Amino acid sequence: MEMSQYLEVFIEESKEHLQNCNERLLDLEKNPSDLSIVNDIFRSAHTLKGMSATMGYEDLASLTHQMENVLDAIRNQKISVTPEILDVVFEATDDLEAMVFSIADGGDGKRDVSSVVEKLKLIEKGESPAVSQGVKEVAATIAPDTPRVLKGEYDEFECTVLQQSMEQGFQTYEITISLREDCLLKAARVFMVFEVIEKLGEVIKSTPSVDQLEEEQFDQEFTVTIVSKEPMSDIQGKVMKVSEVDRVDIQPLSIEQLRPNTEAAVESIKQEVVIAEEVKMEEPAQDEQKKQTSVKQASNKTIRVNIERLDILMNLFEELVIDRGRLEQISRDLNNSELHETVERMSRISGDLQNIILNMRMVPVETVFNRFPRMVRQLARDLGKKINLEIVGAETELDRTVIDEIGDPLVHLIRNALDHGVETPEVRRAKGKSEEGTVILKAFHSGNHVFIELSDDGAGINRDRVLSKALKNGIISEQTAATLTDKQVYELIFASGFSTAEKISDVSGRGVGLDVVKNTIESLGGTVSIDSKEGEGSVFSVQLPLTLSIISVMLVEIQKEKYAIPLSSIIETAIVKKEDILNAHNQKVIDFRGKVVPLLFLKDIFEVPVFEEEDEFYSVIIVRKGDKMAGLVVDSFIGQQEVVLKSLGNYLTNVFAISGATILGDGQVALIVDCNALIK
Amino acid sequence: MSETSVADLKLIIFQLKGKEYAIPVSDVRSIEKVQHITRVPSSSHFVKGVINLRGVVTPIIDLRSRFGIEEEVYSDSTRVIIVALENMDVGLIVDAANDVIDVQTEAIEPQPEVVGTEEANYISGVVKVGKRLMILLDLEMVLNPEEVKATQGIEG
Repeated sequence: MEMSQYLEVFIEESKEHLQNCNERLLDLEKNPSDLSIVNDIFRSAHTLKGMSATMGYEDLASLTHQMENVLDAIRNQKISVTPEILDVVFEATDDLEAMVFSIADGGDGKRDVSSVVEKLKLIEKGESPAVSQGVKEVAATIAPDTPRVLKGEYDEFECTVLQQSMEQGFQTYEITISLREDCLLKAARVFMVFEVIEKLGEVIKSTPSVDQLEEEQFDQEFTVTIVSKEPMSDIQGKVMKVSEVDRVDIQPLSIEQLRPNTEAAVESIKQEVVIAEEVKMEEPAQDEQKKQTSVKQASNKTIRVNIERLDILMNLFEELVIDRGRLEQISRDLNNSELHETVERMSRISGDLQNIILNMRMVPVETVFNRFPRMVRQLARDLGKKINLEIVGAETELDRTVIDEIGDPLVHLIRNALDHGVETPEVRRAKGKSEEGTVILKAFHSGNHVFIELSDDGAGINRDRVLSKALKNGIISEQTAATLTDKQVYELIFASGFSTAEKISDVSGRGVGLDVVKNTIESLGGTVSIDSKEGEGSVFSVQLPLTLSIISVMLVEIQKEKYAIPLSSIIETAIVKKEDILNAHNQKVIDFRGKVVPLLFLKDIFEVPVFEEEDEFYSVIIVRKGDKMAGLVVDSFIGQQEVVLKSLGNYLTNVFAISGATILGDGQVALIVDCNALIK
Repeated sequence: MSETSVADLKLIIFQLKGKEYAIPVSDVRSIEKVQHITRVPSSSHFVKGVINLRGVVTPIIDLRSRFGIEEEVYSDSTRVIIVALENMDVGLIVDAANDVIDVQTEAIEPQPEVVGTEEANYISGVVKVGKRLMILLDLEMVLNPEEVKATQGIEG
């Protein structure tokens, strides 16, 4: 069978499942006894196994299979979760990722995974050499002590429901249904059984869950808990009538059975394992969380659309906007009230449409952030540091093009914070801080920008060390060193060829990192700044435009030509009298709020053909690049507008001081001025 | 039908100062009327600027000034031929474009070797159909991005 057409889907979905595995494994590490997490991972692994086997990637399938076995054992409480086991599972996930990426790059997805498979097999047998004796004992004690009288375990909510129905005179039954081994359409049978049961009473719980049952993720047997007023034998008889049902066991439940079950479990764990107790107490909160995430997932149904198609849609829409402009003009000229009304309505609708199209290109930063917890975990281990990564505002949305570019700079910043920022546990203890360092990654909207802040509570930046290093590397001179403010000193670490770490490590510190970060972010039209307090930590703040395709500009007229100046570089506009212009050595300057600002005549720079003489006032736009300013002299201001940024095409590249073009409402092209090129 | 089956090449014919020029149809995207052109500063003298071609900003070249012919005010018959080359679209301003012909590859003769051939390296051949003589252009050389970039470098 020709598989190539499915390959893309396979790769995308595999990545998603692996991401899910990674996330849930991290969750599991925090709550080792939450078996629902294991179920989640198991499901992802299972799907992955099925997909890769179908696509003929045997190595991928066999490794997933081995991983699945271990997860299954954990799920069935045959082995308990330990950091060592998780390490191996993480390792396996890494291998899987590597294989999927190799397939994505056109490789065959083959990889030597025998050592990982071996480790997984050992764990499965419960013989993990890495598992210490003590942990094993704990594992042994938990398993038999948890009373397994009841098939299902009930959470608080379910218990309450059951109790209330019993008080109202309903009977509670736990029905275990076994299907015949040769049953082919298990899901269909399950459906029929449920239909029968739902007529008899109300289903409170089923093990495995209904979703899993529908996907046939069970062997032959499943358990349903119902409340009903029907006698036991009736229920049994009716369920048995469904064909291919092998056996139906019914067990009535009493309130007493419900209670001691959980209590006894808590009791036994209390005595034996302290850790488990903590987890047990956390469980209700986790359930809550779980419900929230499941609700969120349900509302997030998506389809994949090629970004090119969105671009085409956007282009078509722009044409529509241009025609709309013409239509508006015509309707004004004709002065027909009905036409007027229709056109106005159309304008409103197309305005809404524009918002939607623009929003479609927006992607939550989550897609970039979600790989960081895993990375931080690994790095922290490599560096022997304890680090807690907090992510805030992962739902903040950014344009797809920005998202694609922002990943690497952020990785650099995080590595930097982990390596140079947060101290080792010993140092932290000596300083009176908690051993675990906190790194907070925060994203939020503000105006037309998105801010991404990375703050750590580590050592902060040492001014003297930065200065001496900068002097040594010849980035600054002695004289300037003394005059720099703290902030200017911190900015120095973005200079190329700068590395403050005393010892060079694998993680970061070759001095190539941070200047690359700065360059990438600036090429995206953003800025990056640092704030730091020695001993208390640093904050790296990245400011990014919401979107690269739409920018706010000030439209200006120079003679008969229209130019657009990005609002982001404009400080303010001014009207200047001719006699207020001063001459400073061949350069015309103005005194702008106490500062001397050089004037640039765009008319001369762009060689605009002159038709009319200038009057005695100059319209000046004050723009800035960093700390430097300049005044651009134009003929008149037209106004502020949101425009779609377009390139000049491949034929005209590197036009001086022009960063692109845009199409105005009247269908004409206006050029966008690159202020950065005008200020040296 | 038999005529088209032997024809190897479909050419678009356009006029520049009374002379006829030809480019292969396969390179042509569309033929447009002249619309508002936005001048692009500090570009080559023959680059007239950019136009909005259905939402795509497309650069425009005046073939008259590219070939060193004096420019003329655009008239009703002036056309912009949009050609696609590699990964770029460029518009060529011509006096008129009104004919499509089929020729066999044998009908294409090399450019007669006379003085000043170096100047006209953008001519790839001459097509003779009956009494008409058409100059077949090498679009790559007409646009010649390297040359454009070089001139830009000097000006910038």
